[in-house]
Amino acid sequence: MKAIFFRNRFAVMALWLLGVLYGCALFADFLAPYSYKDEARGFSYCPPTAVHWIENGRLRAPFVYGTKLMFDEFRRRVYAEDRSSIYPLEFFGARVLGVAAPGRMYVLGADSRGRDILSRILYGARISLTIGLIGVAISFALGLIVGGIAGYYGGRIDNILMRMCEVLMMAPGFYLLLALRAAVPDNFNSVQVYFSIVIILSVIGWAGLARVVRGMCLSLRERDYVLAARTFGLSDLQIIVRHILPHTVAYSIAAVMLSIPGYILGESALSLIGLGIQDPYASWGNMLSDAMSIVRIQFAPWILWPAFFIFLSVVCFNVIGDALRDALDPLLKRETFEGRG
Amino acid sequence: MLLELRSISKSFMSRSGGMVQAVDDVSLAIAEGESCAIVGESGCGKTTLARIAMGLVSPDRGRVLFEGRPVWGDKIRECYFRRKARMVFQDPFASLDPRYSVKATLDEALYLEGRIPLAQRQERMRVTLASVGFSPDILSRYPHEFSGGERQRIAISRALMTDPKLLILDEAVSSLDVVIQKEVLDCLAGLQESRGLTYMFITHNLKAARRITRKITVMKSGKIVE
Repeated sequence: MKAIFFRNRFAVMALWLLGVLYGCALFADFLAPYSYKDEARGFSYCPPTAVHWIENGRLRAPFVYGTKLMFDEFRRRVYAEDRSSIYPLEFFGARVLGVAAPGRMYVLGADSRGRDILSRILYGARISLTIGLIGVAISFALGLIVGGIAGYYGGRIDNILMRMCEVLMMAPGFYLLLALRAAVPDNFNSVQVYFSIVIILSVIGWAGLARVVRGMCLSLRERDYVLAARTFGLSDLQIIVRHILPHTVAYSIAAVMLSIPGYILGESALSLIGLGIQDPYASWGNMLSDAMSIVRIQFAPWILWPAFFIFLSVVCFNVIGDALRDALDPLLKRETFEGRG
Repeated sequence: MLLELRSISKSFMSRSGGMVQAVDDVSLAIAEGESCAIVGESGCGKTTLARIAMGLVSPDRGRVLFEGRPVWGDKIRECYFRRKARMVFQDPFASLDPRYSVKATLDEALYLEGRIPLAQRQERMRVTLASVGFSPDILSRYPHEFSGGERQRIAISRALMTDPKLLILDEAVSSLDVVIQKEVLDCLAGLQESRGLTYMFITHNLKAARRITRKITVMKSGKIVE
């Protein structure tokens, strides 16, 4: 299985990219030039800052010029370099990259409150990338338990549990998300909001996996080794945990990997419309709420950077999920071995 | 009598919605040390009868008695029965969990024996494996590393872990080729002699049945006809 997975170059690349993204999220405190709430109102929608190496024809350590705020003929903000003030870049101080105060450096530009977009993307990754993993862990556990019980017992229990899944699945996902979010009190702090979103996304996400696991358990429960375990006196729970669920895990992992993007997009969608993570905390979704006006995008296109990172992580998870599914596909395995001769 | 099946009946719902009588008022008694073979064509209810005897399928009517006492309904009797009556299944490729090593497979069979010191467990594994012609070296290996006949012998050794009195062999040699069949039948005959085991040998192969016992019961359409 490993060999088939690692032969897929896109999947390996996606794995590396995700590793880098998670690494950045983990070390955001060090990697981000500023804190996620470090505001400079005078630099609202400041464009990416240019780094210079040459001053008056002479090479020197990298630096940035100060930024001057001006207004054009239509009273629009325009930022220009103030060549009279020079701020050298500082490497590996408290953060990996910084600039001497009062200068400011925006690698990917600034948002409406003059906060550094790169820093907020790095801090936002902590929420946007972990929400998928935690949410999927919860729905994975729920899906395995419910699917395992329904598939193993069959009959009335199966009927009740599967109808429950269908009720969840038939409601349009986004409206169900909004309805569940509406049930969460408004006075929750950010941590509570974060966990309530994780739980909401998990509640919506487990039903699909439960149905698949149930289908697999229906056939697995008739296997002779399961019957043998029953004759040895093992309890139903022990049989499900020891002999049934381990055989569904390989497939479930691939299914789960493919469902992580749904969680990332779900959080982004909620935050985008202001029902998810609230300012000043950063998530890729709530950063994008700045980009809901076409005029702002035209004026400051760099506010779309979070969309690029959402796209990148979603594509990476999908590629890895596809590669895992291929690696677990017995038909493909057979072809591979036949191909090897 | 070691095992008695009294007036057992079982019907299943068919796909078309009607009822199929799999076992119809079957009574059978097997004395200790006196093995019995049940032969019959496919679908005659042999396997259902074996599964009812092992408690894998509950009968619509009838009772299962072990050593003269009802098996089901009393936890202590159930535990005793599960330790003293074991089943070997038809397909050696499906009866061993592919994720379990031989050691884990044999160990699981001791579940009802409670806590047994490790040394004692290992000794039991060594003895049962030796009785089916294996050395303890195979304990760390997995089912896919064995042939069909070897797997069936591992399944038999698993059944022997609790030192049972009765082995229910459900088509235990049917899916094996002739040479391997002989190997497994020889192994079963040897165990019968050395351990005094009683077999309920289910097969559609009359010749194989004769290797194990002279007492042959014929089933047809859910009934004992001979």
